[in-house]
Amino acid sequence: METLEHILAEHPFFTGLESYYTSLLVGCAANVRFNAGTYIFKEGEEANEFYVIRAGKVALEIFAPQRKPIILATLGEGEILGWSWLLPPYQWKFHARAVEDTRALALDGKCLREKCEQNHDLGYEVLKRFCQIVEHRLEATRLQLLDVYGSRG
Amino acid sequence: MATVAANDPMLPQPHRVRQVVKETPDTFTLTLEPSDGAGSSPFRPGQFSMLWVFGVGELPISISGHPAEPDRLVYTVRSVGSATHAFVGHEAGDSVGVRGPFGTGWPVEAARGRDVIIVAGGIGLAPLRPVIYEVLHNRNDYGRLVVLYGARSPRDLLYRKELAAWARQRDTQVLVTVDYGGLSWRGHVGVVTTLFKYARLHPARSVAMVCGPEIMMRFVTRELETHGLARADIYLSMERNMKCAVGFCGHCQYGPHFICKDGPVFPYEQMRPLLEKYEL
Repeated sequence: METLEHILAEHPFFTGLESYYTSLLVGCAANVRFNAGTYIFKEGEEANEFYVIRAGKVALEIFAPQRKPIILATLGEGEILGWSWLLPPYQWKFHARAVEDTRALALDGKCLREKCEQNHDLGYEVLKRFCQIVEHRLEATRLQLLDVYGSRG
Repeated sequence: MATVAANDPMLPQPHRVRQVVKETPDTFTLTLEPSDGAGSSPFRPGQFSMLWVFGVGELPISISGHPAEPDRLVYTVRSVGSATHAFVGHEAGDSVGVRGPFGTGWPVEAARGRDVIIVAGGIGLAPLRPVIYEVLHNRNDYGRLVVLYGARSPRDLLYRKELAAWARQRDTQVLVTVDYGGLSWRGHVGVVTTLFKYARLHPARSVAMVCGPEIMMRFVTRELETHGLARADIYLSMERNMKCAVGFCGHCQYGPHFICKDGPVFPYEQMRPLLEKYEL
């Protein structure tokens, strides 16, 4: 049976992280499952965790008045869901809905924040990894905004 | 009086529309066959034809059919202007003039024995479809086939049934995404570059062929390089305003190249300095 430590160590997000740090993170991790159609979190709720998606698919959604919710992006196996736990005011900015049955590791954000405060080396490693995700998502969002397949595309 | 040679590249050959298929609300696939019953000129995947819409004008359109079926020419066209609008408005039996095929093709011969990565955006899947046909038709001659396809929305996806059929082929991975998905869409949402994390790639033994809007190709080539593909193994199909199709008129000049004659398929290494120039 795969241990949480093994799962974390094998995940690309944690590649290169010293085993000591992985052990620290395991203390904040738990296995979770979401059935298709379930909301994992909703905009405005407290953001106290992030998820390492192991299987399935999650849609990030935003809603506007008198419109159906808009899917901004989908995230699948191997991806990280959520970074609002990292920065005040620790509130989700979007909805996240399981499009398919989804398995993930949930990492307790409060627990992780405390460990990062106590150990800044760990904090820096975690921040570097999240910055990379933020950078990729920002680039993808900018490209999406260009609407390259529109009439001028 | 001067005579016109039958093989004059400026002389359109009469063809008849055999079939019109609506792919999306604004994109149609037309199948043409020579009016005289003779076969059309064989084409290489990636080449294009000049299509005469009589009384309206001429259009450069990539051939999107099967290279092993040269008796019929297939074109997928998006209706965005008066000439394309007139072209997709044809019905079975109507006449169209065809010049070509013209231009360079995708490196399907050089890719034999290697994995083939297809990255297409929007209507860019049409010029790449012949490569997919070629690989699947000669399956043992190629390694793994990976198709990454992005479109604006689910209703803008081309060849939906074929995409599903290709995904069922052995050693083939087909990943599709849309920039904007409604709640009923169960697939990926995000730009085509976001598909790379799900693709099973072997960069050292792969050749990548990319077609789509230029800005999309710029991002895709970066992603391919990040994933370890050598620049020399990446090919792009470029698009400019082609008129004569034989390198005389200069309308399609792109830096030192004529897209119609030297392209439309180019090695990425050749295009890279030009792709980074403003307003070229």
